Amino acid sequence: MTEPAVIQVEDLRKHYGPVQAVDGISFSVARSATCALLGGNGAGKTTTIAMLLGLLLPTGGQIRILGEEVPRHRHRVLPRLNFSSPYLDLPQRLTVAENLTVYARLYGVRRIRERLAVLGRDLDIDAFFKRPYGSLSAGQKTRVALAKALLNEPEILLLDEPTASLDPDTADRMRGILIDYQRRSGATLLLASHNMSEVERLCDQVIMLRAGRIVATGAPRELIHRYGRKDMEEVFLDIARGIQSGEVVE
Amino acid sequence: MNAISPQRIGALALRYLYLLRGSWIRIVELAYWPTVQMILWGFITQYLAGHSDVLHQATGLLLSGVLLWDILFRSQLGLSVVFFEELHSRNLGQLFISPLQPLELILALMLVSLARTLIGVGIAVLLAIPFYGFNLFALGPPLIGFFLNLLLMGWAIGLLVSALVLRYGMGAESIAWAAIFALAPLCGIYYPVATLPGWLQPLSWALPASHVFEGMRAVLLDHAFRLDYLLYALLLNAGYLGLGIGVFLAAIHQARQRGSLLQSGE
Repeated sequence: MTEPAVIQVEDLRKHYGPVQAVDGISFSVARSATCALLGGNGAGKTTTIAMLLGLLLPTGGQIRILGEEVPRHRHRVLPRLNFSSPYLDLPQRLTVAENLTVYARLYGVRRIRERLAVLGRDLDIDAFFKRPYGSLSAGQKTRVALAKALLNEPEILLLDEPTASLDPDTADRMRGILIDYQRRSGATLLLASHNMSEVERLCDQVIMLRAGRIVATGAPRELIHRYGRKDMEEVFLDIARGIQSGEVVE
Repeated sequence: MNAISPQRIGALALRYLYLLRGSWIRIVELAYWPTVQMILWGFITQYLAGHSDVLHQATGLLLSGVLLWDILFRSQLGLSVVFFEELHSRNLGQLFISPLQPLELILALMLVSLARTLIGVGIAVLLAIPFYGFNLFALGPPLIGFFLNLLLMGWAIGLLVSALVLRYGMGAESIAWAAIFALAPLCGIYYPVATLPGWLQPLSWALPASHVFEGMRAVLLDHAFRLDYLLYALLLNAGYLGLGIGVFLAAIHQARQRGSLLQSGE
């Protein structure tokens, strides 16, 4: 039986004057799925995620998340979502523990101390709980941002470049944590990434964007087969360069 | 809209408390300027008291003015500077994807502004007692009304300034410091509104602070509490605060349209 869609997007559009950042996209993501939004720079991935979060108002179209209309009823769904992105920061002068405590309270998390201890251990950040967030390396900040995103055990987790600026070992462990969280909680993951091996490992659904439009969708294996390529990296290059599936390129 | 949550307001207030707790320089800074102002005007008062009938009759006229003015200044700055912290730290986007509602953000900013004003001006008020034998609390119960009105006016200006910065970016930050000083000559802090040219007086009476300072002079010079001044100030503040909240909410809405919440920062 197919799981019901927890994210439903119909004819979503965002225009900045003459620039069409997102141009009439429609897609849905089933409960417990892991879906990737892929595309080159300026394809519309971050814009789409920002609209799903209610951070950006669409020019047109509909978004329903967990059955609620967004952005109109975003406050009903925001406690059940979370997001991690290198584009957003946390207060630099607050320690990691202070930052996580503030956000835990904002999300209404109960037993904050226990939750922080679990996340500290899982993400290996407890050693710098007392350090100011601003003093951390880029990789450490990414892990703290992920801890913040997991604070409320979200039903839908949106991730923008979740393993950017992490070394291969840490990135691999982070992917393991995401997989484990997804399996344990049944959460839905929607991520924007440029790391194609990550997409192959994590995702069961891919939405390819180019110039604000959806140009291909499907499971990673299906897309690899359709484009006649050996991996998602090659598929990504084909799509980014505007090559149609089945087209032979010298 | 969902119900306002005191827990979320408290969470954000806690964020600012952490910030304050983490830096003793910030705590000193809160009280530094009000205290310097108080000391400066205390000496000026001492000097002028021997040369001015008015100041001789009403000791503390200048000191009351400077301390009450600082309530207005600190409450405005307390609100806008704390909001700028979110922009500087690129944290605004994080806040707006959390369940925090814009109105809760405003209430948290007001709460923190109140705390900062009480700390900053409170220390200067207490130091004025041993320094000059001047006790602002001698104004009696009207002081509560003066404090409330100046606080509300400061919040209204703070929200308008924050909305401008949200719209035009951190380049407009200096307005936070300049805005209130542009109004200072009109507020009748150290002189009656009647001193101003006739054409400026209606503008002055349109400011809640002018009613407060006239009320202050009525207490100090005539030993009379003028309820009419207090009520006018409250009425004006209701309008200005409503305007401030409306403009701030509109600026957030516009930022959502332009996508600047995701990129806000230095």
